[in-house]
Amino acid sequence: MMAVKRRRLPSANLLVGATLVGGLAFIALVAVFWTPYDPLQLSLRIKLQPPSAAHWLGTDEFGRDVVSRAMAGAATSCWVALLAVGFAVLAGTGVGVVAGYFRGWVDRILMTFNDALLAFPGILLALAIMVIVGANKYGIIIALGLAYAPMVVRVVRGTVLSIREKEYIEASRMIGNSEMRTMVRHVLPNCVAPLAVLATSLFGWALLSESALSFLGLGVPPPAPTWGNMLAGSRSYMQSASWLGMVPGLCIALMLLGVNLLGDYLRDRLDPRLNEA
Amino acid sequence: MTILNTPDIVLKLDNLCIASTSSGALLVDGLSFSLDEGKFLAIVGESGSGKTMAARSILRLLPTGVTVTGGNIYLAGESLVAASGRRLQALRGGTVGMVFQEPMVSLNPAIKVGQQMAEGLRLHTTLSATEIEARSIAMLQSVQIADPVRCLASYPHEFSGGMRQRIMLASVMMLKPRLLIADEPTTALDTLTQLEVLELMVALAKQQGTAVLLITHNLGLVAKYADNAIVMCKGKVVESGEARQILANPQDPYTKQLIEALPRRLPTVAKAPTPPVVEVRQLRVNYAVRRTSWFGKTSTHCAVDGVDLAVHQGETIAVVGGSGCGKTSLGRALLRLIPNGGGQILYQGQPIEDATGSALHEFRLACQLVFQDPYSSLNPRMRIGEIIYEPLLHLPMMSASARQQRVTEVLGEVGLPGFERRFGHELSGGQRQRVAIARAIVRRPAFVVADEPVSALDMTIQAQILRLFAELQRTHGFACLFISHDLAAVEQIADRVIVMQSGKIVEQGSRDDIFDRPQHDYTKALLAARTSV
Repeated sequence: MMAVKRRRLPSANLLVGATLVGGLAFIALVAVFWTPYDPLQLSLRIKLQPPSAAHWLGTDEFGRDVVSRAMAGAATSCWVALLAVGFAVLAGTGVGVVAGYFRGWVDRILMTFNDALLAFPGILLALAIMVIVGANKYGIIIALGLAYAPMVVRVVRGTVLSIREKEYIEASRMIGNSEMRTMVRHVLPNCVAPLAVLATSLFGWALLSESALSFLGLGVPPPAPTWGNMLAGSRSYMQSASWLGMVPGLCIALMLLGVNLLGDYLRDRLDPRLNEA
Repeated sequence: MTILNTPDIVLKLDNLCIASTSSGALLVDGLSFSLDEGKFLAIVGESGSGKTMAARSILRLLPTGVTVTGGNIYLAGESLVAASGRRLQALRGGTVGMVFQEPMVSLNPAIKVGQQMAEGLRLHTTLSATEIEARSIAMLQSVQIADPVRCLASYPHEFSGGMRQRIMLASVMMLKPRLLIADEPTTALDTLTQLEVLELMVALAKQQGTAVLLITHNLGLVAKYADNAIVMCKGKVVESGEARQILANPQDPYTKQLIEALPRRLPTVAKAPTPPVVEVRQLRVNYAVRRTSWFGKTSTHCAVDGVDLAVHQGETIAVVGGSGCGKTSLGRALLRLIPNGGGQILYQGQPIEDATGSALHEFRLACQLVFQDPYSSLNPRMRIGEIIYEPLLHLPMMSASARQQRVTEVLGEVGLPGFERRFGHELSGGQRQRVAIARAIVRRPAFVVADEPVSALDMTIQAQILRLFAELQRTHGFACLFISHDLAAVEQIADRVIVMQSGKIVEQGSRDDIFDRPQHDYTKALLAARTSV
């Protein structure tokens, strides 16, 4: 059969994705040092003002500057989502590789537990964990990380199951490599492509879940801004002050788009078969 | 629509050109031939010769990105290049039948055999359901399926590869096509099954007057069955004419090279007796068979049943037998890759069947395995240099520079100098197999198991790899267990031959004894099924 070689496009995925993610990440970074106004400063006299020269995107129900809050929120939201996904990927990959590689009773025990976790809706699981670890930034990271880890386990285990039957795994055992080395050197690198795609979509879900948790009052506690709790707070003013919801909503949407495009690019890039010599 | 008024020409290709749309490369360049009713035409070539593309273009089954760019195809005088999609749909199956290479995937695993066979008749005829069933049963009988009624109600996974290919053949021939296109129909089957399927195919075609277009790389099959042959190389026809004439008296250098590449027996080299490297006594390998009921006992299937074997230093022992005879399990068990169900394995006189830890590690260091499939035996994320370097990490006495030097040396030995920075996917099948061999010999092992190392490769490449193997063995003197169903390759490379059938050794002896004076019926059958030019 002919292998149809895919021609490398001047990657639009990379360009748009990197611009969006890079731009938002840069804003988040700036917000750590400087925002136009103090994002926590209340001034009820100027509450719910529409966008103006002084407040580019208006003010919220407590008179806080929306630009400043969105900037500060970018830092918190992205950081929380990033760490939660990182946690889920690390924990999930470890468990997934071990379960898929060793099979047998190890697999059975790990997967039974994993399936039990998967049976809960992610947000419910996160809620339960939040109750235990407490509602703060790190609580959310652990809760979301644990809630998403089972999905990572599933994907990684499935991939490992197909990889472990490949002859290069047997070759690795024949060489005299330890199980550990075989897993790290031969199995793991070949799981990266599906993992990259999953991680990027998880990042999006983590951003959204963070806002959902904030909405239920279990997110990052106020007054610290996140895109999620800004969105949640804007609900009551949807008709009178639409910019309040639009700003964090747009931020989340753009970030998701950027991350997904980057994920697609990464998947192609990480597959050596699609790279020309 | 062009109509050529020549009734007994079933298929005529006129200067057919096929190209890849993305790169513009010509895959088939000016192929012309005509095939008469009831005749058998073989297209011979190696991978990349365009033979499969040519066959697929006839029914417009080309993969995306590949199109017919010139010339014409006439089926019984009707131009197929100009025909509508609907017209082609009517021809597929009805007038032109096709049998594919992979019997394991060409039947839909979710549909019962009976329904799959009936599908064609329902589409192309107006027979009633009972008539269809009667015909299916008759057809299955004629391809020698033992219990056709039960077969119709079974799923494809219940049958072996050979049986599936026979079912496939039955369902194609049931529609009485005027042309049968068979694309490497027996390549995935072992020698005996291959013979069965082909004999059936030829008999059915003769009986129904079907013209057959056989795509193959196996010159033996061409010699045995084809009336005419076309030899293709890189999209071009290099030679065509009467099959026997071409094989007996090839004109083109490429055809000569193909015939030259056929394995042949080399004179026996007298070797001084050497001590055995690996010995097994009464080795057994059992596989658990799934319980049939919840409370039933787990039964075991005995893949290797009490085998005694000694492999001496510098010697090649070939293990031959049909698929499922236990030859692969024997090789794996010898290397302790799968658990053995009893018996002794001795490495240099020491029992290692239960060895663990450092004793097992030491045994692993001295033994290696070369795999059948060069496409899945190399880690796609590692460079060739890293793949060959890795085994050396287990030799702690070796310095990094010495290791690097060894890698360079071994790559030179297998004929791939300067390939360190490449990835596996950048190499051809033959080159990958060379890498796999390099990985196996880089530590200078005492014992190498080669599990069908050439059966996935083209003829000329096979010859190269076999030569390379013999040469490396001469230089480094490792003992080799060569597992194969290809008797021709075995005849070329083996010192001794072991014939296995259902887990047992039925005959063993020197190569000349086995090939010239076979004793056991099974050996005789295997030898009779062998195709030669």
